[in-house]
Amino acid sequence: MNGLHDMGGMHGFGRVEPEPNEPVFHAEWEGHTLAITRAMGYTGVWTIDQTRAGIEELPPDIYLSSSYYKKWALRLEKLVVALGLAGADELKAGHASQPGKTLKRKLTVADVPASLTRGSFARPAPSPARFKSGDRVRTKNIHPQTHTRLPRYARGHVGVVEAMRGCHVFPDSSALGAGDNPQWLYTVRFEGRELWGENTDPTLTVSIEAFEPYLEAA
Amino acid sequence: MAHEHDHDDRDDHGSELSEMQLRVRALETVLAEKGYIDPAAIDAIIEAYETKVGPHIGARVVAKAWSDPAFKRALLEHASQAVLALGLLNRVGDHLIAVENTPKLHNMIVCTLCSCYPWEVLGLPPVWYKSAPYRSRAVNDPRGVLNDFGVTLPAGTDIRVWDSTAETRFIVLPMRPSGTEGWSEEKLAALVTRDCMIGTGLPKQAREIA
Repeated sequence: MNGLHDMGGMHGFGRVEPEPNEPVFHAEWEGHTLAITRAMGYTGVWTIDQTRAGIEELPPDIYLSSSYYKKWALRLEKLVVALGLAGADELKAGHASQPGKTLKRKLTVADVPASLTRGSFARPAPSPARFKSGDRVRTKNIHPQTHTRLPRYARGHVGVVEAMRGCHVFPDSSALGAGDNPQWLYTVRFEGRELWGENTDPTLTVSIEAFEPYLEAA
Repeated sequence: MAHEHDHDDRDDHGSELSEMQLRVRALETVLAEKGYIDPAAIDAIIEAYETKVGPHIGARVVAKAWSDPAFKRALLEHASQAVLALGLLNRVGDHLIAVENTPKLHNMIVCTLCSCYPWEVLGLPPVWYKSAPYRSRAVNDPRGVLNDFGVTLPAGTDIRVWDSTAETRFIVLPMRPSGTEGWSEEKLAALVTRDCMIGTGLPKQAREIA
């Protein structure tokens, strides 16, 4: 979706302000929000793509005005209610009034070290790759209303396939709960001027990780 | 390298303490009472990110690459396998990619769409990495971003920005500072900052830690 989350190339947000000696979390609830999100993800109730869509679908004013982990907490509340895992009344009361559903698995302390490792998103390829390293490709001019990982700034532009990254879960499908729908993934490199116009720094190149359905031959 | 800043005006970053503390506590209580999560596991995850996982792991990887040409080749060829073989982590996700800075090319990592970051080797991302200013500007004004970090690249350096739009994750292999010949890996690792592995900084100079 063409949401505020798709920030590449936007103006007006000001300078980047690194914080010296930044703590891992700025408040206790931030760590809990992250950990609850991880633990619920472990149960298999949603995919990582559904959680990303959950952030992107927050109202634009909330997206911009909320801190990072506040967005995560709002998403958690929304997803657990939307999936029928808890009632909004229970969250408001701070206690469960109904028994929980039976989920596939539950994260224990013993599982935590292994759970810190990212899962694999590679999947067997259903068909041969259309492109190879060195191919010129054009990203499609698409504007899906649902989750996609093709940023707006890189749509409708010609680049070069720099590397093949294997066949991966397709986020645009996974976010809809429509299964893995594996697709080939490529690193596609663009000249800065192709993306941003002739006044751009001529020494700039930018790459995206592009799934095959985003690309056509150029 | 980083400037000192006044943070009083930064909404993106502050703690929304009391209300959020209560809401998240309510959420955790309900999900635990439902049997979905174990509060002890929640605490263990928090502890891991506060004390175990962090940029010190990436720094060891970089120091090894600076010291061992065979490891460096392996890292650039297949970073997940190379990092796993180093034995700092029990497991490494499948999709880690190391990109090498050279005198002609400087690499910078961003996720314009959300906050994708190589957690296993760098820990959790800093607030600025997830912020609108960085995500909006890194892809079309990376030298301006570097300037915010007090970094100016030498003339003749091209710049390459990697937007982390899939599950591949990137770590920058910075150039080894001069004057560090014969240094141990441990001493070299002390030169490696988090930001130089994202590409918004350069490693410390030898004289800074000697």
